[in-house]
Amino acid sequence: MSGGTDRSLRGAVAIVGAAESERIGVVPDRSALELHVESARLALADAGLGIGDIDGVAAAGISPVVVAHALGITPTYVDGTMVGGCSFLVHVRHALAAIAAGLAEVVLITHGESGRSRVGAPPRVFDPASPQGQFEAPYGPVGPPTLFPIGVLRYMQRYGLTHEQLASVAVAQRRWAHQVPRAMFRDLITVEDVLASRMVAYPMHLLECCLVTDGGGALVVTSAARAKAAPGPKPPVYVLGTGEASETPLVSMMEDVTTSKAFRLSSARAFAQAGIGPKDVDHLMIYDAFAHLPIYGLEDLGFVGRGEAGAFIAEGRTSPGGELPLNTNGGGLSYTHTGMYGMFLVQESVRQLRGEAAAQVPGVEVSVAQGVGGMFMAAGTLVLGTEATLSG
Amino acid sequence: MSQTATEGPRSSGPGKPVPRPTPETAFYWEGTKQGELRLQRCGACRQVFFYPRSSCPHCGSTEVPWFVASGRGRLHSYVISHRAAPGFEDEVPYAIALVELEEGPRLMANIVGMPQTPEALVLDMALEVAFEPRGDQMVPVFQPAAGGAASGAGA
Repeated sequence: MSGGTDRSLRGAVAIVGAAESERIGVVPDRSALELHVESARLALADAGLGIGDIDGVAAAGISPVVVAHALGITPTYVDGTMVGGCSFLVHVRHALAAIAAGLAEVVLITHGESGRSRVGAPPRVFDPASPQGQFEAPYGPVGPPTLFPIGVLRYMQRYGLTHEQLASVAVAQRRWAHQVPRAMFRDLITVEDVLASRMVAYPMHLLECCLVTDGGGALVVTSAARAKAAPGPKPPVYVLGTGEASETPLVSMMEDVTTSKAFRLSSARAFAQAGIGPKDVDHLMIYDAFAHLPIYGLEDLGFVGRGEAGAFIAEGRTSPGGELPLNTNGGGLSYTHTGMYGMFLVQESVRQLRGEAAAQVPGVEVSVAQGVGGMFMAAGTLVLGTEATLSG
Repeated sequence: MSQTATEGPRSSGPGKPVPRPTPETAFYWEGTKQGELRLQRCGACRQVFFYPRSSCPHCGSTEVPWFVASGRGRLHSYVISHRAAPGFEDEVPYAIALVELEEGPRLMANIVGMPQTPEALVLDMALEVAFEPRGDQMVPVFQPAAGGAASGAGA
């Protein structure tokens, strides 16, 4: 069971509650902590549970101790794993282990971030003695837009990806967002619109960069046995496979800047545990902080071959009506991006599997959510399925 | 391609981020003050690595002696930032690049002494190290290699 791909844990736990904060986007009347707490209350209601049912709490950005205390929970298990925006997918994986080991029975996982309004948000600290402070900051990066895409030109040279294909990622996701009332940007756009938008960090234009928003979300995870014995109002979403991996805290130190090692390792573990492959996936979420991430993700997860993802997206094959529905909420580029967007990947996967998404894809039985943390620093993968997939 | 055009004045601050050495990186930063780009080569597996560390990331050996790198490398990839970091206000847009050193490792750097444009910044072009004052430190940057090999000889 190297790498935590134990097949016996396939379907051992389920997501029985899931909710986003009441509002996302610009929410200046909520602190970051309140976005955790509000989302937790809504997820508990979604699960038909109360705070007395929760014995495990996981959170990132704010300590799970703070969240638990604010809610009035005294947990037997806390997980403060903080590996960036994929932390919440990793929390689900750790909840699987904790529940299987008897450390907790019902785990609450929360996210809340005042990324735009900065209300009660943790200060952004910079340490000139850290590896990044010594070996990257002296060269003038201005946040993720000037670091995360640093390998894109090499990718373009190696595989022939065009600027138009890169822009088509934003176009494809806007087609989904057009159907999603909660998405921040819903107006359809063209490749020309993307290429005409302001250059942020060549080769990335503004519309190829994620939003910066406020919002939160929460999940309730419990054993499949409990989900069956005490069914809630919503059908359980089963965790068929999980993966996590990390590569480097410095994007400049990636082994190969045209592929994410963390994506490859994390997704391989999740697929192995689930006992399925890309061809079995009905619906896919790939964390899109920038337009190149879905391209890297499609290749690193094995959905297409090396260098094929740009054309695949540009041809509309991930758009509404395409064979591989990808980022159906509109993604970080159009839906919302609080800073650690990974929670919203899982929320959309759950909605699609329950059949309650705004841009619902017919017949979704298996959904994969692929998160990234930092700038290709870490990754978390969840393979999720309906009850019908449990016998698979 | 012309290398004669020099972009806005390279400033050593004030306000540009100044790296703060730690005990395991101090020898590297002492080297830059002497005009040397120092790397470590593992005594056990012979692999060269960057950034400075107390053990080899390839095999775990703690026998990781230093040597002076050639200072030669090639432009591996980059972005051109249209927003200015503190101290970079007079230089936008400017490239934030990855340089692949002749010895193997890559590192982040600015590319100086040439236009900061996609047309000028050709992947795989030959570069050589230079050092810029930055607070109480010297920061390695790269410039087109002497001999005009800037046309991107390719790998």
